[in-house]
Amino acid sequence: MGKPYVSWARYPYTSQQAVDLQWRTDLLPDVPSVLPQGNARSYGDSCMNHGGLVASTRFMRRFMDFDPQSGLLRCEAGLQLADILNVVEPQGWFLPVTPGTKFVTVGGAIANDVHGKNHHLEGSFGNHVTQFELLRTDGSRRLCSPTENTDWFDATIGGLGLTGLITWAELQLKRVPNSAINLETIKYQDLATFFKLSEESEATHEYTAAWVDCLAAREKLGRGHFLRGNHARITQPKPAAAKLKLAMPIDPPLSLVNSLSLRAFNALYYNRLFQERTFATVHYDPFFYPLDFVHDWNRMYGPKGFLQYQCVVPNETSYDAIREILQRIADANSGSFLVVLKVFGKVPSRGMLSFPRPGATLALDFPYHGNKTMALFDQLDEVVVQAGGAIYPAKDAHMKGEHFRQFYPRHDDFKQFKDPGISSSFWRRVMEENT
Amino acid sequence: MKNWIIVGVTSAIAESVARIWAERGYKLFLVARNENRLADIAQDLKVRGAASVTTFAMDANAFERHQECFDAALKSMGRIDGILVAHGTLPDQKACETSFNVARSEIETNGLSVISLCTIAANLFEQQRQGDIAVISSVAGDRGRQSNYVYGAAKGMVSIFLQGLRNRLAKSGVHVTTIKPGFVDTPMTASFDKGGPLWASADQVASGIVGAVDKKRNVVYLPWFWWIIMNIIRHIPEFIFKKMKL
Repeated sequence: MGKPYVSWARYPYTSQQAVDLQWRTDLLPDVPSVLPQGNARSYGDSCMNHGGLVASTRFMRRFMDFDPQSGLLRCEAGLQLADILNVVEPQGWFLPVTPGTKFVTVGGAIANDVHGKNHHLEGSFGNHVTQFELLRTDGSRRLCSPTENTDWFDATIGGLGLTGLITWAELQLKRVPNSAINLETIKYQDLATFFKLSEESEATHEYTAAWVDCLAAREKLGRGHFLRGNHARITQPKPAAAKLKLAMPIDPPLSLVNSLSLRAFNALYYNRLFQERTFATVHYDPFFYPLDFVHDWNRMYGPKGFLQYQCVVPNETSYDAIREILQRIADANSGSFLVVLKVFGKVPSRGMLSFPRPGATLALDFPYHGNKTMALFDQLDEVVVQAGGAIYPAKDAHMKGEHFRQFYPRHDDFKQFKDPGISSSFWRRVMEENT
Repeated sequence: MKNWIIVGVTSAIAESVARIWAERGYKLFLVARNENRLADIAQDLKVRGAASVTTFAMDANAFERHQECFDAALKSMGRIDGILVAHGTLPDQKACETSFNVARSEIETNGLSVISLCTIAANLFEQQRQGDIAVISSVAGDRGRQSNYVYGAAKGMVSIFLQGLRNRLAKSGVHVTTIKPGFVDTPMTASFDKGGPLWASADQVASGIVGAVDKKRNVVYLPWFWWIIMNIIRHIPEFIFKKMKL
């Protein structure tokens, strides 16, 4: 069966055979090739297993234990971050790290070692996992933690589901005085200013990221809004969450994102701020999850779907590399509404195949225009390779195998932990095909 | 705060309803066959905010234990405000055609056991002059079709039984809600191709059930468009219908 198991960017759009796991005691199906899947919010083919099965955990989403004294939370792998927030936020706890959507599962967050706006202080999701159980296709189960089966622990964090199925996990949540965010938005003029703002905010602000106008060229290149924030004080009133939610109930026949709509949006959005600096106290939802506000926003790109591009380039080369990448995107007159630029910190990621590493990371989506898009991606990849950076598998449907192996030098170590009964379309593309 | 019994809570739709009620702080009494699964669900509902959760392992076809189930619920919660009957199986129609024993057992599970539970609930609620009975029937019970008429017959029996029960209990202030879901994407329907727009998620149907119970609706189709679809299907003349492949 198809629809519920298609990846978020809907490219490649191929139907996917699936089974649902409902209980922690369930075993993985006995088939030649299966891939654990959470809520299929990875953009490309890393959560897909075309020609084989996916074993979805979307019905395995129960809390197991939550201690409001210590903030330790234990839950099944299919539980979504949104459910966790609903329960723990009123009790004064928050996710230690959260990606840009709360509709990802805990298992998926571990398997992709996801990161958020506080990477410079907290590292990635895997840094806050205290233990989990790993189920293999041979039926064996391992308890993995920073002190037990540590090699399995490190292979599975960021391991793209290839080492086995995480049945349940335990996380250390973060105590916050207030879930709301005191947010400062700075309208800045160019890329150099972005890096300056990032550096000066690192020690003072828990959360930092920038929205970039990807069509601004030449001296305006990299201009955008720099967002930095801290959790509000306990005495501040919490702003209410927005009640109205938007949805894309249908598939438009064409992508609504094109060079015209993009140019209009970016110019308007950049100039939305009249002042150079604005301050506000905002609910955590629009701050962390602006896109969750529009249900099924991925449909906006029409029937051909879209591709995400997220790379990281090391600090030594980051200014030139990001400049080069933004210039090429502006020249191609492509890109998207939501372009995010952030500087990662130095907290090492645990996973053998984890994406986050020190440097600057840029993320944006592109409507799929066939070879034109692929040709642009080839150019961008070259810049990333030259700069000594990496591309994020969770967002990818394009990178070449040789590049993956260069970006993730521990792929050879990783192979001994890969479950022989598990594979993914992504893994076959980057490791098994001759590219 | 309300006190509800949920029978068949290990089904995805019922579990999802239980989550919503747990978040509202209800007291819940959970009934299903498998003790370990009941324990997993109970733990989840406690973390989500249920005021109390009690489990009772029982096969719905153990008719002789139905009274004991209500006694235990009354003992643990002190008062019963409502019962959601959600258990069921999706029979293999071909097996039902070749073996009457299979057909009978499916009708017992999907029809008679529901009637037994509702009979006890009705008498209790009638006596306390309040209570809600909500039962998951099915659009399949609206008209017999070659692809699943044994299941349809059991669900049709339930729907008509509830109609009469609603009529009987109206004067006692007891409310009966008949819930008729269409295609729902759950593990029970794993063998179907779920690509079309008619498929709803268990969460969508669950919030429809919670809303219908809150508003004391009589009969609800979930999602709503099944009311239109089933009206059309019910009105196709039999001489045409019998030649159709549905």
